[in-house]
Amino acid sequence: MSTTESTASGIGPVEGASVYTVDNPAPLIEAPRRRTKKTPKTTRGNFEMVAWLFMRLSGVVLVVLVIGHLLIQLVLDGGVSKIGFAFVAGRWASPFWQVWDLLMLWLAMLHGANGLRTVINDYAERANTRLWLKGLLYTATVFTILLGTLVIFTFDPNIR
Amino acid sequence: MPAGTLYRGREGMWSWVAHRVTGVLIFFFLFVHVLDTALVRVSPEAYDKVVATYKSPIVALLEYGLVAAILFHALNGLRVIAVDFWVKGARYQKQMLWTVVALWVVLMLGAIYPVLGHAARELFGS
Ligand code: HEM
Ligand code: HEM
Repeated sequence: MSTTESTASGIGPVEGASVYTVDNPAPLIEAPRRRTKKTPKTTRGNFEMVAWLFMRLSGVVLVVLVIGHLLIQLVLDGGVSKIGFAFVAGRWASPFWQVWDLLMLWLAMLHGANGLRTVINDYAERANTRLWLKGLLYTATVFTILLGTLVIFTFDPNIR
Repeated sequence: MPAGTLYRGREGMWSWVAHRVTGVLIFFFLFVHVLDTALVRVSPEAYDKVVATYKSPIVALLEYGLVAAILFHALNGLRVIAVDFWVKGARYQKQMLWTVVALWVVLMLGAIYPVLGHAARELFGS
């Protein structure tokens, strides 16, 4: 990078001698990232870091929940052919599968919604577009999570 | 177009594209899926009628596609996690990607009969 040679004292060959002395010290340059009184306080907390971690933790749990779900619904015991109201009634009679589905619903929706938030941030360049797309995303997410939760908790096998 | 870099146009970029596309697809499926499941609160007939569409041969093909998307996203997601948390993860990211692809191919071959078998029986009789 540098084409001029420097001596140990940092004096280039052009200057010949140091311009700084004890009485005329070199100016102190502040380290670039130094926190000073003027540094703005961060207002966003560490939300992005928590979101990043959540994607990874929920991902590990979802591998078990979703692949287990697909095995049950599409592979075991006749595959899709067996699915029907009676089948669901049988499954949701057990608290174990209720909790399984509830956890899968919340984790997959939050994981997917956070993933889509990243995608929107990446591609929607106008602030207004971003705002609307995210508003739509959050509305759909809250609606879906609430509806799915309600369905699990209020399921009635004797509805008719 | 800029010249190739270590990342652009290489395995890392394409696995990221596939991860993103599959993630978005799964999310849209899940939205519809919670709506169709909610029909159990309407009536057994309404639910069974919608579930009947899940059993048609064409939808069976879509289900196979969904399985493909989920298996790739899940396996590659574990690879991303390994790259981030395992000290040697970044060094072996390429080998891990090929492991993901190999596992995915094996699992997809295994899924043909369970997921598409009923559609084949319906189409070709037996
Ligand atoms: C084509 C493949 C699929 C079929 C046939 C299927 C079938 C079903 C069935 C029959 C139920 C009723 C409850 C139960 O039996 O557990 C259900 C619920 C559920 N499934 Fe799936 N599923 C499929 C794929 C998926 C995938 C890929 C996900 C996650 C990304 C998922 C997430 C859920 C959730 C969250 C519920 C609970 C819904 C609620 O709270 O109302 N399913 N599924
Ligand atoms: C089956 C287990 C799953 C695992 C192991 C997993 C893993 C991951 C990981 C680690 C990321 C972060 C990628 C990054 O930061 O570069 C991610 C992103 C994402 N996931 Fe998943 N995931 C799983 C299931 C799901 C499901 C069920 C959905 C949909 C409801 C989904 C939708 C997404 C989306 C939309 C993104 C954002 C993609 C991007 O920013 O490019 N994932 N996933």
